[in-house]
Amino acid sequence: MIKFFLMVNKQGQTRLSKYYEHVEINKRTLLETEVIRSCLSRSNEQCSFIEFKDFKLIYRQYAALFIVVGVNDTENEMAIYEFIHNFVEVLDEYFSRVVNNV
Amino acid sequence: MVVPSLKLQDLIEEIRGAKTQAQEREVIQKECAHIRASFRDGDPLHRHRQLAKLLYVHMLGYPAHFGQMECLKLIASPRFTDKRVGYLGAMLLLDERQDAHLLITNSIKNDLSQGIQAVQGLALCTLSTMGSAEMCRDLATEVEKLLLQPSSYVRKKAVLTAVHMIRKVPELSNIFLPPCAQLLHERHHGILLGTITLITELCERSPAALKHFRKVVPQLVKILRTLVTTGYSTEHSISGVSDPFLQVRILRLLRILGRNHEESSETMNDLLAQVATNTDTSRNAGSAVLFETVLTIMDIRSAPGLRVLAVNILGRFLLNNDKNIRYVALTSLLRMVQSDHSAVQRHRPTVVECLREPDASLSRRALELSLALVNSSNVRAMTQELQSFLESCPPDLRADCASGILLAAERFAPTKRWHIDTILRVLTTAGIYVRDDAVANLTQLIGGAQELHAYSVRRLYSALAEDISQQPLVQVAAWCIGEYGDLLLEGSCEETEPLQVEEEEVLALLEKVLQSHMSQPATRGYALTALMKLSTRLRGDSNRIRQVVSIYGSCLDVELQQRAVEYNTLFQKYDHMRAAILEKMPLVERGGSQVDGEAKESKEAQLSETALVSTEPQASKLLDLLDLLDGTSGDAQPPPPLDPSPGGALVHLLDLPGAPPPPPSIPNLRVFEREGLQLNLSFVRPSGTPALLLIMVTATNTSGADVTHFICQAAVPKSFQLQLQAPSGDTLPAQGGLPVTQLLRILNPNKAPLRLKLRLTYNHFGQSVQEIFEVNNLPVETWQ
Repeated sequence: MIKFFLMVNKQGQTRLSKYYEHVEINKRTLLETEVIRSCLSRSNEQCSFIEFKDFKLIYRQYAALFIVVGVNDTENEMAIYEFIHNFVEVLDEYFSRVVNNV
Repeated sequence: MVVPSLKLQDLIEEIRGAKTQAQEREVIQKECAHIRASFRDGDPLHRHRQLAKLLYVHMLGYPAHFGQMECLKLIASPRFTDKRVGYLGAMLLLDERQDAHLLITNSIKNDLSQGIQAVQGLALCTLSTMGSAEMCRDLATEVEKLLLQPSSYVRKKAVLTAVHMIRKVPELSNIFLPPCAQLLHERHHGILLGTITLITELCERSPAALKHFRKVVPQLVKILRTLVTTGYSTEHSISGVSDPFLQVRILRLLRILGRNHEESSETMNDLLAQVATNTDTSRNAGSAVLFETVLTIMDIRSAPGLRVLAVNILGRFLLNNDKNIRYVALTSLLRMVQSDHSAVQRHRPTVVECLREPDASLSRRALELSLALVNSSNVRAMTQELQSFLESCPPDLRADCASGILLAAERFAPTKRWHIDTILRVLTTAGIYVRDDAVANLTQLIGGAQELHAYSVRRLYSALAEDISQQPLVQVAAWCIGEYGDLLLEGSCEETEPLQVEEEEVLALLEKVLQSHMSQPATRGYALTALMKLSTRLRGDSNRIRQVVSIYGSCLDVELQQRAVEYNTLFQKYDHMRAAILEKMPLVERGGSQVDGEAKESKEAQLSETALVSTEPQASKLLDLLDLLDGTSGDAQPPPPLDPSPGGALVHLLDLPGAPPPPPSIPNLRVFEREGLQLNLSFVRPSGTPALLLIMVTATNTSGADVTHFICQAAVPKSFQLQLQAPSGDTLPAQGGLPVTQLLRILNPNKAPLRLKLRLTYNHFGQSVQEIFEVNNLPVETWQ
C-alpha cells in the first residue's frame, strides 16, 4: 500500500505531499527532510529503491524534481517505479511543459 | 463600498510576484482577512471564488481551518460551480478528526441519489477520500446501488469508493461481495482495475470471502491471457506491454487466491508459464510484470518445473545491468532460499559478484543472501569472499558481516584449525564489531582443541604483538597466553614458522596491555589473570609478576583491585597452593542450544540482542532475556574466596573437600520496594539436585490502591537455565491483600556466581510502572 507521495525539489522544498495514513504535522517535515536527504545522497549509479525505517522509498528524478513514493513491503517496487512515470506523463498531458525531455 | 474580490488567477499572480517570503506572507494575510470578512457577510455569489483562493493558500502551507463551514454551505448549494469547489474543499480541509465532517453525510446522500453523473462523481470522490467509518456505514447501500449503474464513469468511482469503505469498515464486505462477480465482466480497464482491488481487499480481510472468490480464478486467468496475447492497443500499452498495472494486480490477486490451495494453483500454472515466457523485458514495464509473476509462482503451490523457471528468471535478472532489477532479484532470491535452496545455489557466483557493488542497498542484500547460501561444500570459498568483503565494506554492514562469518564458520567448519584461523582473521579485521560472546566461543573452542594449543597460542601472540587495540582479540590472546604460556616458550611448532619468544617479552606484552588506555576493564582483568597464571608456567623468577600484581592492589577499578589483592595473598600466604590453583583449566561447558537459535536468526539483517519474551505458563523452553554477559566466563572459576582474616580461611578451605554440608536454610531477601509494593525472594536448594535453585518470588501490596497487570520477568547469565512458572495471579489487592507468588527454577551446572535481573511491569495509582533492576547481595549459598 502506498503510504505517501512526495514531490520535492533539489533544495529540499516540498512541492507536493499527500499522505495516505495520518502523520502529525511536525513529523511530516521531519520525515520529508530525511527522505530528501537519503535521495539526494544517492548517485546515478545506485538503484532507485531505498529501505527507510519500515517503508521502502521508490524515487525518480526529473531534472530538479524528485518524486518519492513511500510504500510498505507488499508492493511491487518496479510497478511503482512505472507508476511514477505514468503520473508524470499524465501531468504532462494536462498541463503541458511539465518536464521537457522525458 | 464593496471592494470587488480578486479572482483566483490574480491572487496567484500576486503571490508569485512577491519577491521574499515576508512579502508573500503579507499578501496572503491581507487576502485571508478579506476572505474571512466575506465569509462572515455570507455573500453567496462569490463564496466559491473565496474558497478557491483559500484552498490555494492552504496548499502553500498556511492555516485555512476557518473555511470548513463554508465547504458545507457550498456543498449544499444547487449550483454545480459551488458544489465542485465545496467538495474539493471538503477533501482537503475536512477529515476524520474534525467534528464537522459528519455534517456533509446528508448532502452526500442527496447528491448520490440525484442521478446527475458529474455530481454523483464528486460525491463519490469525496467519500472515498475522507469518508470516516460512520459515514461509510451510513452510505454503503447507496454506493452499492451505484455499482451497477449504466454509466461507466459513475461505476468506476463507485468501485473506488467501495474499496475505501472496505478498508475503513471490513464488516461491509457482505454488501459488496455480490456485485463483484458481475463487475469482473467489464471491458473498461479502470473499472476492472478497481474491481480487482476490491476483491483483493475483501480476500485479505475475510477468509470466507477468500473461499468465495476462488471460484473466479478461471475468469481471472482468461482476462490475463487476453491481456498478454493482445497486440498493440493505443489506450493501454506502455512500452509494448498491455496495461502492466492491471496485469500486476491480477497476478497479485491470483497469488492470494492460489496460496495453499492446490486446485487454484493448478489452474494458474499454464498461464503463469505463458506470461513468464511472453513478456518483453527490455523495458521496465515488462520487468515489473515478470517480477510479479515470479513472486506469484513462488507463493502458490506451483509445479516444480515452474519454480525452476522462476529461479532462472531471477538469475537472469541478476545479470542485468539495471540496478533496480538486480535489487529486486536479490530480494526475491533471499525469500526463496529457504524453500528452493539448491536452485538458488546455482546462482551463487553471481550473488558473490554483487557483493562488490558500490551501492549500499545492493551489497546489503547480497550479503544476506551470501550468508544464507553458505553450506558445507562451499564454506571455504565463501568465507574467503566474505572476509575480503569485510575488509572493504561500509561500517554499518560490518557487524552483520562479522557475525555472519562467525556463525557460518561455527556451523560448517571443516577443521578446527580452519575455524580458529577464520575467527582470528575476523577478529583482526573487524574486532570491534563482533558480538560479545565471540570471545567466549573462541576460548571454548581453543580449549577444546588440545592439539592446536601450541598453534593457537603462537598465532595469537603474534597478532597481539602487532596490535593491542582490538578488544576481543586482546582478551582471547591474553587468556591463551596465560593458559598455554609454556607452549609458547617451548620454541618449535610444525604448523607455524618458528617463533623465538623470550619470557621477558611475553611479560612485557601483557604489562603493556594492562597499562594501555585502549584496554577496557574486562580486558585488563584478563591480562592480570593471565600474568598470574604465567607465574606457574614460566621457569624464571616470578618477581616481576609479583610486582605488577601488587601495584594493581591499589587500582581504582574494584574488580581489578579485588583480583590483585587475592593474587597477592596467593603469592604471600598460600604459595604452596599456587601451582594447584593455577593449573590448566578443564573444558568449560557452554549453553549449546544458543547455536541453533542464532542460526535461524542469521537470515535477518540485524541480529537483535535483546528480545524480551513474556512468561508462558509451563514454559519449558530456555528463556534467555536481556543478554546478561558474563565477562569472566572465559576463565570460569575464580580462585576460591580467600578470606584475609587468619585462621578462619584455613578452616573454610579445609571444609570444601569434606562431606557435603546439609542444605543450609538461606535467608530471604527483600529486593524491591516502591510505594507499598514489595518483592521478596526466598531460596531453596533441594539436596537431591545440587545444581538446582528454587526461588519463590512473593509480591505484596500494603498501599491503598490495587496493583494490576503485574508481570515479573527474570533474566540470568547464559550459563544458567531459567524456568519461570506461571504466577498465581496478576492483581495485588490493596491493604495487604492476597500476595502474588511465582516460582523460578534455576539450573546452575557450572556453579557460576548467580546474577539475577528482574523486570516488573504493573499499573499502580493509575500509572503504568516499569522497573528493571539487578538483584545485588544474593547470598553465596544460592550458587555455590
